[in-house]
Amino acid sequence: MSNSILTDNIKTIEFDALIVGGGGSGMRASLELAKSGLKTAVVSKVFPTRSHTVSAQGGITCAIASADPDDDWRWHMYDTVKGADFIGDQDAIEYLCSEGPKAVFELEHMGLPFSRFENGRIYQRPFGGQSKDFGKGGQAARTCAAADRTGHALLHTLYQNNVKEGTNFLNEWFAVDIVKNSKEEVTGVIAFSIESGEVAYLKAQATVMATGGAGRIYASTTNALINTGDGLAMALRAGFPAQDMEMWQFHPTGIYGAGSLVTEGCRGEGGYLINKDGERFMERYAPNVKDLAGRDVVARSMVLEILEGRGCGENADHIFLKLDHLGADVLNSKLPGICELSRTFAHVDPIYEPIPVVPTCHYMMGGTPTNVNGQAFRRTNGNDSIISGLFAAGEAACVSVHGANRLGGNSLLDLVVFGRATGMHIQEELKSGGGVESSSKGDIDASLERLNKLNESTSGYETASVKRELQECMQNYFGVFRRGDFMEKGLNELAEIRHKVDNLHLKDKSSAFNTSRVEAIELQNLFEVAEATAISAFERNESRGAHARDDFPNRDDENWLCHSFYDPINKKVSKREVNFAPTKVDAFPPIVRTY
Amino acid sequence: MLTNQLEVSMYRYNPEQDEFPYMKKYKIEKPARDIMVLDLLHLLKEEDESISYRRSCREGVCGSDGMNINGKNGLACITPISSVMKKNKIELRPLPGLPVIRDLVVDMTEFYAQYEKIKPFLQNNTTAPEQERLQSPEDRDKLDGLYECILCACCSTSCPSFWWNPDKFVGPAALLQAYRFIADSRDLETVERLDALSDPFSVYRCHGIMNCVSVCPKGLNPNKAIGEIKSMLLKSKKNIITSDGTN
Repeated sequence: MSNSILTDNIKTIEFDALIVGGGGSGMRASLELAKSGLKTAVVSKVFPTRSHTVSAQGGITCAIASADPDDDWRWHMYDTVKGADFIGDQDAIEYLCSEGPKAVFELEHMGLPFSRFENGRIYQRPFGGQSKDFGKGGQAARTCAAADRTGHALLHTLYQNNVKEGTNFLNEWFAVDIVKNSKEEVTGVIAFSIESGEVAYLKAQATVMATGGAGRIYASTTNALINTGDGLAMALRAGFPAQDMEMWQFHPTGIYGAGSLVTEGCRGEGGYLINKDGERFMERYAPNVKDLAGRDVVARSMVLEILEGRGCGENADHIFLKLDHLGADVLNSKLPGICELSRTFAHVDPIYEPIPVVPTCHYMMGGTPTNVNGQAFRRTNGNDSIISGLFAAGEAACVSVHGANRLGGNSLLDLVVFGRATGMHIQEELKSGGGVESSSKGDIDASLERLNKLNESTSGYETASVKRELQECMQNYFGVFRRGDFMEKGLNELAEIRHKVDNLHLKDKSSAFNTSRVEAIELQNLFEVAEATAISAFERNESRGAHARDDFPNRDDENWLCHSFYDPINKKVSKREVNFAPTKVDAFPPIVRTY
Repeated sequence: MLTNQLEVSMYRYNPEQDEFPYMKKYKIEKPARDIMVLDLLHLLKEEDESISYRRSCREGVCGSDGMNINGKNGLACITPISSVMKKNKIELRPLPGLPVIRDLVVDMTEFYAQYEKIKPFLQNNTTAPEQERLQSPEDRDKLDGLYECILCACCSTSCPSFWWNPDKFVGPAALLQAYRFIADSRDLETVERLDALSDPFSVYRCHGIMNCVSVCPKGLNPNKAIGEIKSMLLKSKKNIITSDGTN
């Protein structure tokens, strides 16, 4: 691969719809499209069942009215709006919560092995931030579960049904960059087969970024090693915006030292957090719902306990999650995966001992801005304008249903509801003659540049060490608590890291299953996401949801009841109004958010 | 060898450079705390970036990093080095029985083909109700120990019958899934599913060697599921095959 790859030397493979990413949202979209007869392909850097959806544990939150026959999607909507600290778009949240039951029942019909109640209906458990009757009726139990392996069950079910429908999969193909045309429309991606190294232009009328999150920008994360924000980074490099990038969820219970997730379902089933004195400290921070407050609230409370010297362990740097009082039966039947993970990674058996946990980066609320049809957009003269050919769904997208803080169990719902909606919309659009114009050779050559530069590198920086530097910078300056002067330091460090990331040295130039090439490109992707995060975080001068500023400790609705909108071209953040216009219910106005 | 040194002997093969695969020795300082084999691989890859292996979740649920560790198949990410180290040595090889693409990465095409062959999706062509199909907790319990499979291929690639007939013997992983759908009260194609398995190879090549059970990183028991399928086939009195003459 010493010579530059040019458009003339590579294959063009043409599809109607191309889905980048084989996780939950990608495979839900592809399922919709495969059934429609459109020529569809899923391009995934891993075999689809290795995608990070597989790690979701506790469940999928949805008002299917099983645990409580009176449950109402409007209550779920209220909780989600409040959980989002009022910067989730209410038209999108309404769509999520009202369409949710249909999408969940479809999964059941596809075979998802949900746990069951005695009456044969789907089992639901309580999760944080859930209420009945618009916050007035006490704790709800709204999270549909397949034991504590709901993501695994969901992802496999979707893969199985894609097999049934004959979806085309380009497995272990890695998408490098978006290809545009002269009208700034998206016409596909440059990708290569990881197995053979073969480079191709995957051309499509509709390209869906379903590439998941980028939790690997932080040193400590629950995310899989593959969560490197590839789709979002490709969009940023193509000059397309990102929204709410400062909003990163730190999950209260990542296993101390290992980062593996311990589901909120543990607290839903009755587990609780204790400090070194054995005190159930959440009673002080959230007197009503205690351990089932929003994740941002619980995570901050834990950090405060540690900072004030009440952390557990030799270094007083973690918290204990107590489960033993639930008994072996409940733990074995409802939380078997947690018992397994805890024994493997924390060396404790939760039947007898508490699990050491610490807030750990978990979820990217921001992403490529889209409407409820999955259509990505940019801003032109203060208005949203659709980017033809580009779609996004799932964690890669920002619809925005999670706003400043996602509720537990809402990510799996987001995947299926908006994966499905995106698939339906593309079908409609393409069947009614929509599409994009072809790209020129020059356009395609431009998208090959980054790959060529890496392949031709003869000196430069090492991927592994630069990645570590990036992750430590983000962890130190853009973590659970943030402060202007610290973030400024972080931004300066990032400017130095930018130079290194742009000048990586790929020593191994071989073609077959060269994971070093993949990792170098992934690091460049991580960097784009990290930079957008840092700049957006520095700009938002208030504390809201997951974004907690020491120097601006209060929510500031007057100035910041809005989305942050990051433009990668000038690296500036502007404000975008939040949608307060649902169609079936009255909008929920901002109130003080307490639990 | 020094006691604070760890010797890793790794199967290496790059199709563009090597005519034959070979074992390469790496010596590194023994980590202060017990780490997983996957962490060890990360450390080695930092020294030699040409090393290739698959990985994703690093917590034993995605099934990417199945490999042969000191002679036994397992997931690198949940195997502590202390549990496999012998005299400070660890030998890493790709999963046996499948073609090697590079180093520890195998071509899993045949494994996935067997999975697809058993129609790994719920079949029920009655009109779906508006809500979920009901299933009693007892019926749902029958899926435990079956649906949790992560398709890591540790079992099928430890099975001599699968090594011998990877195209005709369905193998423990896919048979576990075949039984997962047979056992599901919502699936209505049990007869057809059993029919499709009634030839001399699909199920009957299983000779109860039990390697699948001993290596499954999720503690599942494909052998038991295969036993259930065999007994259902016998009860259905169709196509009873004796192993005589077919070996």
